[in-house]
Amino acid sequence: MALTDEDVLRIEGKAEAIRETILDMLVAAGSGHTAGPLGMSDIFASFYFHILKHDPTKPDWEERDILILSNGHIVPVRYSAMAHAGYFPVEECLTLRKFGSRLQGHPERLRLPGLETTSGPLGEGLSQAAAIAYAFRMDGKKNNVYVLMGDGEQDEGNVWEAVMWAGKEKLNSLTAVIDRNNIQIDGMTEDIMPLESLRAKYEAFGWHVLEVNGHDVRAFIGAVEEAKSIFEKPVCIIAHTIPGKGVPEIEFDYKWHGKPPTAEEAKRFMQQLRSGAGRVPNEYA
Amino acid sequence: MINPHAKLSSNLFSAEIEKKPTRDGFGLGTVEAGKKDQNVVVLCADLKESTRAEWFEKEFPDRFIEVGVAEQNMAALGAGFAAAGKVPYIASYAAFSPGRNYEQIRTTIALNERPVIVCGMHAGVSVGPDGATHQMLEDMGLMRMLPNMTVLNPGDAEEARKTVVWAATHTGPVYIRFGRSNVPTFTTPETPFVVGKALTLWSAQEGTQPKVALVATGSLSYEALLAARSLASEGIESIVLHMPSVKPLDEEALMDAAKKCGRVITIEEHQIAGGFGSAVAECLSECYPVPVMRLGLRDTFGQSGTPDELLEYYGLTAPKIAETARKFVKGA
Repeated sequence: MALTDEDVLRIEGKAEAIRETILDMLVAAGSGHTAGPLGMSDIFASFYFHILKHDPTKPDWEERDILILSNGHIVPVRYSAMAHAGYFPVEECLTLRKFGSRLQGHPERLRLPGLETTSGPLGEGLSQAAAIAYAFRMDGKKNNVYVLMGDGEQDEGNVWEAVMWAGKEKLNSLTAVIDRNNIQIDGMTEDIMPLESLRAKYEAFGWHVLEVNGHDVRAFIGAVEEAKSIFEKPVCIIAHTIPGKGVPEIEFDYKWHGKPPTAEEAKRFMQQLRSGAGRVPNEYA
Repeated sequence: MINPHAKLSSNLFSAEIEKKPTRDGFGLGTVEAGKKDQNVVVLCADLKESTRAEWFEKEFPDRFIEVGVAEQNMAALGAGFAAAGKVPYIASYAAFSPGRNYEQIRTTIALNERPVIVCGMHAGVSVGPDGATHQMLEDMGLMRMLPNMTVLNPGDAEEARKTVVWAATHTGPVYIRFGRSNVPTFTTPETPFVVGKALTLWSAQEGTQPKVALVATGSLSYEALLAARSLASEGIESIVLHMPSVKPLDEEALMDAAKKCGRVITIEEHQIAGGFGSAVAECLSECYPVPVMRLGLRDTFGQSGTPDELLEYYGLTAPKIAETARKFVKGA
């Protein structure tokens, strides 16, 4: 699908709305992850407002593209994106992690239509996505299958079992996106368990690898388009992102991986968000 | 006396009784299910000969999926295949699946309610010479604890075939346990198999009072039957319940047996903690408390040996079961 300048502006606007809702929901929840969801907002906006073939009124639509979130802990960004796309009212986001809510702390497929899988325990999304891509190929179905993973998640052995298998089976309708934000709970990925060269690892396992700036909507959508033109190999898009993106005060800080802002912090963060991370004078924020 | 409604093998107490491993039932059952439903797929983790998955591969090469020695991936792949409308059987040794991939089964299959059929081969000490690492004795416990999971432990190859064919029609996740060694095929194609139902193999002579209920699962039900026959010859009447369905458990049949006999012995090739005996004891302690004795492995791992040596050592052969029953009955 051609991408116009207007499209880019529209998607970027959605990404900002997704971020604002993330802050609202985390404050209301009083627990949850901040850095990852903010860092993945541009990618989720790109998926839900441009890339995916989907219908919010028919989450089980047979012809939909499949988007699997493997690192379930960043689900606030998915909930926010789904709400803004029309799957459910944005106000419902404020029920995140609360008793009786469809928006569980980690996503549960059976509670909320449109989630595709139940996730949280790391390393399992790629396997499920690969099997779906394989089954679709058996049935001659053309749906695209996307899976989003974290970079810390790459420590899991299950990931590499699936990487090996998807490479062996040459699953070309499968596109994996790795949120390369370089942080995990205990610190920087390269200190906790070095991943580099991530690109060379995936290539060695029979994948085609693309690297992009995960905050550049045009570049990211371009990479997904390029992935479609790669035959006989699954594609891995390493999306370099800034954890906490949009709130300069917490950007790059791994301590924000697993905690929510307080109401006071959120007010400050919201101001930073609305000022375009300082690009817009504060009186407009 | 033998329950005529069970339609058991005509060679039941003869040396001529057919002997086959229950895993053969997996091979036959998957081929049968595959013929009925073209969405059936079989995944195997580098053990296609010993799991009998190659019987399916031979018939349906395009629907056989080799995943290599990667049981965690196999379980989550199973969830993915089910998500795409396939009916996946995942096959490996029980020590690895569900032993190694428990969490993948928990999250992507049980919690996610994907109808994956987890097939654990080479369960129990009767694996024999391979030793403790490969003698899975905790699988029924692990699987029984999971909400949404059905747990089946067929008694012979014929019943195993029935469980495998049934599983393809079920809309939820299933665990089926299989053994490696040759065991008597005591059931027939006519023997009823209903998930959630016990099968009475042996009942007391009319007008007599049974003293003990032998409640068994898997191939040891045949040993329980032999024990009951030998006890009857000594004047000790008993009931034998074969329970291939560990979850759901036939609580009604259990309570009925407890009421009739007043004492129950459970028999399984599994740890007595958490497995079948625990399930029976849990049920009876809540619904109809009677003395229960559990036979199985008592907080110990297995070891190398022949299946017969090991079953005898751990007290799971017919003579050992009869000996336990005698003491139990006398002690009352």
